[in-house]
Amino acid sequence: MDLQKFTQLSETEWRVEAFDGMRVPGVIFGTEELIRQMDQKVFEQLINVACLPGIVKAAYAMPDAHWGYGFPIGGVAAFDPDRGGVVSAGGVGFDISCGVRSLRTGLRVEDVQSVKARLADVLFRRIPAGVGSRGRLRLDRFDVDAMLCGGAQWAVERGYGVKQDLERIEERGCMKGAKPMAVSDHAKNRQRDEMGTLGSGNHYLEVQSVAKVFDVEAASALGIQEGEVVISIHCGSRGLGHQIGTEFLKEMVVAAADSDIDLPDRELACAPIHSEIGERYLGAMRAAINCALANRQILTHLLRQAMQEVFPGAELTLIYDVSHNTCKVEEHPVNGRSMRLYVHRKGATRAFGPGHPDLPDALRATGQPVLIGGTMGTASYILIGTKESEKHSFSSSCHGAGRQMSRHQALKNWQGRQVVDDLAKRGILVRSPSYRGVAEEAPGAYKDVSAVVDAADRAELSRKVARLEPLITIKG
Amino acid sequence: MNHWAHFPHEADVGIRGVGDSKQEAFEQAAMALTAVVTDQQRIAPLEEVTITCSAPDDELLLVDWLNALIYEMATRKMLFARFEVHLSGRDLTAKAWGEKVDVARHEPAVEPKGACYTELVVRQNPTGAWIAQCVVDV
Repeated sequence: MDLQKFTQLSETEWRVEAFDGMRVPGVIFGTEELIRQMDQKVFEQLINVACLPGIVKAAYAMPDAHWGYGFPIGGVAAFDPDRGGVVSAGGVGFDISCGVRSLRTGLRVEDVQSVKARLADVLFRRIPAGVGSRGRLRLDRFDVDAMLCGGAQWAVERGYGVKQDLERIEERGCMKGAKPMAVSDHAKNRQRDEMGTLGSGNHYLEVQSVAKVFDVEAASALGIQEGEVVISIHCGSRGLGHQIGTEFLKEMVVAAADSDIDLPDRELACAPIHSEIGERYLGAMRAAINCALANRQILTHLLRQAMQEVFPGAELTLIYDVSHNTCKVEEHPVNGRSMRLYVHRKGATRAFGPGHPDLPDALRATGQPVLIGGTMGTASYILIGTKESEKHSFSSSCHGAGRQMSRHQALKNWQGRQVVDDLAKRGILVRSPSYRGVAEEAPGAYKDVSAVVDAADRAELSRKVARLEPLITIKG
Repeated sequence: MNHWAHFPHEADVGIRGVGDSKQEAFEQAAMALTAVVTDQQRIAPLEEVTITCSAPDDELLLVDWLNALIYEMATRKMLFARFEVHLSGRDLTAKAWGEKVDVARHEPAVEPKGACYTELVVRQNPTGAWIAQCVVDV
């Protein structure tokens, strides 16, 4: 990306003042090296977001930003409903509430090493993953509506997990304001047999070692130590979320003209928050958030069952569960006064700092865990929200490594079988229904997650707590 | 002249159909969509599915067509290898032939989540060839 139009405010903050149709400035967080590597399309998309009605303060891009559709992936924008602010289906994306959940296992790395291959096979057998996979749970239409209202709370009531899990999930596992009536029959139908499935693409379940702790106090508050084993799940709202995204994107594109919204890019399809479509989308999108939370809760249940097969008596407890494709109503200070804003995070993680009232009691002094998924050959990270990120980015941080290469190019560069063999030599076992899928997700197709996380840390968006390294990856 | 291609997008994948007519470009775009998931040669056209959709313009119609296919792939757990598209104004009627996903044989790489408006183009080149393309979120 060309940095000519930017003013460097600090080592990791770059700002472009509003020009042409922009209503607010654009801000990118990252080192010069990371930003220069970004596609020029990230700049164009950031500028387009800054043109949307009712946007407040600035359009932001996180250090892992890359070319998305409408919003850059790694984009954050907040809108004021009382000044014509919009909600954007494109600004949330297709995989509504895609996110990461990490669990402690109470096991040490040496406990897993001796049974690693067997554990990999058991997990691959028990966790439905990949194209065409089906969950074991079938929901009738009444169950679907209950699930869409209740999220992970619904799943726990159905026996998938324990009440303590809910304390460690954003919104305590249940997004309020969900409207199952706003979700089409097509979307519900698409989810009919997809509850408790991982999906494909960059979604995974990974057994990880806590390779390094950077902040002992915060790690202790999260209950993790070096040498321990944690397990992370990355997936979202599956077919239901994809269908809601698809349907509202079209509806908002067609209706934008009626609301006098001049879309700089059709993918930015949006509607006034105070409009029939806007309110209907919010109800459907919140239902999809609950679907994602329920899905990760059911997968957690399947994971616990699998672990019992290999480690009888093992107890898996949640570190936290974050969603990184959402629009949520939050209070943020703007020009000295608190405002109720609709914060879009597209490939960005909420990162509330210490003391935030929405955090559970056990984490209020520490801040919100920020779970960053890396690649199957490098690392993932646990960070913690900072007070400073409130003023920098509406309490938001990065969400992953971010791709640096198209799937097309990755397929030219790597053979899936070779990737699996190379990782096995390094002690990382990969199980996947598709070698081609593995090649497309090869570690080299992603940016250096450590550079991204370091930039987020230096920019005070969130603070590094621990580095996790893969032992077993189940790829969809 | 009819063919399909993928073009690069940083996070996802671009699909392009090229045809002597708009219909054929739409058919080729569907072939490109299937190729995101697997090699079409591995799919047997055993089962026929009928798809209809309509949209206010050609570009929105392309996205609708691809999203209708994605819906059928997701709910029927099918992959499609052959397509026949008929366009009448803003209405599309199509038949798609394929079979149920067989993970061992198809080795499906990734499931398409939805067709996007990014890089969305439906137009006729000065040479007469029709192009139908967009980015698909996977």
